[in-house]
Amino acid sequence: MKILALSLFVLLTCAIVIGSAAAQGEGPTPSPDEVNAIAANLYCPVCANVPLDACGTAACAQWRQQIADLLTQGYSEQQIYDYFVQQYGPSVLATPPAEGFNWLIYLLPPTLVIFAAFFLGRGLLKWKKPAGNKPFVSRNVMSSKYSRQLEKQLKDRR
Amino acid sequence: MPAVKTSLWGKMLAWLFLASLLVLVGLQLVSAQKGVLTRGEMAPDFSLTTFNGDVIGPDELKGKVVLVNFWASWCKPCEQEAEALQSAWETYASRGDVIFLGVDYVDTEKEALAYLERFQITYPNGPDLGTNIYRAFRARGVPETFLINKLGEIAFVKIGPFQNLVEITTAIDRLLEP
Repeated sequence: MKILALSLFVLLTCAIVIGSAAAQGEGPTPSPDEVNAIAANLYCPVCANVPLDACGTAACAQWRQQIADLLTQGYSEQQIYDYFVQQYGPSVLATPPAEGFNWLIYLLPPTLVIFAAFFLGRGLLKWKKPAGNKPFVSRNVMSSKYSRQLEKQLKDRR
Repeated sequence: MPAVKTSLWGKMLAWLFLASLLVLVGLQLVSAQKGVLTRGEMAPDFSLTTFNGDVIGPDELKGKVVLVNFWASWCKPCEQEAEALQSAWETYASRGDVIFLGVDYVDTEKEALAYLERFQITYPNGPDLGTNIYRAFRARGVPETFLINKLGEIAFVKIGPFQNLVEITTAIDRLLEP
């Protein structure tokens, strides 16, 4: 009886030790939603313009499994993105990193909006002042000599 | 008068901006429109770190006939040529002046290693980290195979799988003729 109890005790101890070691090494199995939340921000270069969570090819299935494996190993979301960029290049990201030629993607739209706003504003201001209200010749432009001569001629006519 | 000057500068800047934008877009289009490397072009320099951790670079490839095969474990047509490629490698491995390199394109290591095991492939294979080699060869898919002659020029390009062993050996033998 004593031997049986001792064997049970040893078995239980072993089970606890092995179980806790396994728990420390790997996290819980991620749910499909957790995997898809990350997969939605990644694109497989093989399938044009299809995010990884919606892609049905064998390559995408392998990649989703890779995400699940990395999550199980305790990788954070950012670490998984970094891993995929290192393995497959920056084109896997839904939003390209702001470096090199990619800067254009981030700079161009706001620049175009600023330009458009500037020209639109200028156009609207011009539109607001009808041409008829403007003096035919600006006084500032005319030299005082010609101004005096013109005024004299107008007086003479009267 | 100053108002006119400002407007002129503004217009010039706007045109300059538009012109530079068009040039940039044009350059990108030209580079995107370039097809795969063709016969006679110099092969790009590259280094492949194999699954075993060995690094094979330009120094190891210099003066040799090099077969660069792009493949992936998820690629069904790649399976068609896998055995023929291994047989061809066994034909030339002992010569020393022919090197086969398998470049694993956007693949996961576990499946890639299983694929190599399944087809008992023994020539050096490694992942194409960052798809750098794929882009350097301007490849368009898998499988694609490039043969580089002893002068470092692209001598043969195969888009799609080889049909049989003879097709591979014929292409290589032509480059080994004195």
